[in-house]
Amino acid sequence: MSAQAPVAPAPAEGTAPAATFEPVIIGFTCNWCSYRAADLAGTARTKYPPNVRLIRLMCSGRLDPTFVLKAYAEGADAVMVSGCHPGECHYIEQNYKALRRFQLLQRTIEALGIEPARLQLVWASAAEGVRLANEIARVTEEVRALGPLNWPAGNMVDLDAFNLDTAWKATGGDADGPPATPGGTNPEHAAEAAR
Amino acid sequence: MSPTAKSNGAAKAGAKPKLAIFGAASCGGCDIAIVNIHEHIVEVAAAFDIVLWPTIMDGKYADIESMADGEITITLVSGSMRTDETVHLARMLRRKSKFMVAFGSCASEGCIPGLANLSSRKQIIDTAFSTTSTDNPDGIRPIWEYQAPEGVLHLPEFEPMLRTLDQVVEVDYTIPGCPPESKQIWAALQAVVAALNGTGPLPPKGSVLGAGESTVCDECARKRDVKKIDRFVRIQQVAHFDPEICLLEQGLPCNGPATRDGCGALCPAVGAPCIGCYGAADGVIDYGARLISAYASVVEAQKPDDIDKVLDGIVDPAGQFYRFSLAGSLLRSSKAAWDTDGEN
Repeated sequence: MSAQAPVAPAPAEGTAPAATFEPVIIGFTCNWCSYRAADLAGTARTKYPPNVRLIRLMCSGRLDPTFVLKAYAEGADAVMVSGCHPGECHYIEQNYKALRRFQLLQRTIEALGIEPARLQLVWASAAEGVRLANEIARVTEEVRALGPLNWPAGNMVDLDAFNLDTAWKATGGDADGPPATPGGTNPEHAAEAAR
Repeated sequence: MSPTAKSNGAAKAGAKPKLAIFGAASCGGCDIAIVNIHEHIVEVAAAFDIVLWPTIMDGKYADIESMADGEITITLVSGSMRTDETVHLARMLRRKSKFMVAFGSCASEGCIPGLANLSSRKQIIDTAFSTTSTDNPDGIRPIWEYQAPEGVLHLPEFEPMLRTLDQVVEVDYTIPGCPPESKQIWAALQAVVAALNGTGPLPPKGSVLGAGESTVCDECARKRDVKKIDRFVRIQQVAHFDPEICLLEQGLPCNGPATRDGCGALCPAVGAPCIGCYGAADGVIDYGARLISAYASVVEAQKPDDIDKVLDGIVDPAGQFYRFSLAGSLLRSSKAAWDTDGEN
């Protein structure tokens, strides 16, 4: 019961030396600027660390804080949000909303014990491929220095079923597992029922 | 006893459907809210054979244990999963019940007890037993097993983290609220009785009963028009709030935009901000995330320093955004709850 071994996707070795720890960073990029900056970095053969997984949004203002929390809960070590420079939003002013969300969310994750540097905001225009690449490198090194997040809810979040029981067990939460439930539809529960 | 009595009590001709009401880690407020349906409680007693309700009447867990699986028609569980005993009882009741209802905020999203997930088990027990203000000269600490002359006594073990009911067992319906409004409880019970009598539809599995699908703002009579906030204040810092205008627009952090309706917007009606006891509105995955989004959208500032000045008014973000929903949120806890270096 007291074994609270954190569960996280590879690289999950909590004791791994910092030099070999490769952080997983989810990057949310704006369709009109930073996603194109990443494209530009690619066509110009500008190198940046492969630690970042870029996801394209139509605007940084589309970033729902839920995405960020879900990333942490499912094993990401950090989240990078990038959008157009202030004043240059394709949708007039939505990047300001992104900025405010970022600042409020950063305070909230800090209150939950997550280092603020695990949430980063980067402005990059479509012409700034090199800048984006440099920023990704900077964020990667900062997160590498912080070490793995290893949130124990990693892999526990099943948004379709809203049932986190199996993964909880993986955290050492319970020995006896979920119950057999008449009429249960959750596959984990059903498997238990069949046993 | 007929030969079939053991197979399925609820199917016996003339037998009333069985109802169990179980409080796990809860304050008892949910039970009071149920009793607050007043004389309708007689109708509940007429419609159901109440087999377990520890707050109100006698009942033995052993009697439930001896029932056939699925024999109880409906079980209402208020309270969250805090000890291995409540987890065991929730699982036992799940097996014995056709329908399991997460009743109230604790069972559905963790509620105030869920804020314990901001601390590790060790920190919680230290605070309760070993602070300078605690009168505990012998340094007594809780133990889960005790060797008595007659044998080993097992005491309910405080689990490392608090869980919601649906993180432990399959839940069929949810009735939100801290506590649920009594008229909503009665409406939900009527719907269930109608379904059992075949005079009404059975709500789809997973439904939220006794509440709306929108937000508290929809029920709130206050006027909204500016949708811009240049400061956040605490209620004790301001002598007078306009009785007509949206509290959020007046700078009071009100959780209405993310909170499910159904309560009747009682708090804002009397000048107190919504604190979110009815949980997340329909379609919201993470309550706090929705509220962060809502607040950030209406803050009237564009420079990082100016934004910080406004946000400084929210002194406790975790408490503001997850007061009722921490255990049921995506992260479920703070890092302090599990990052304990083996000390837990």
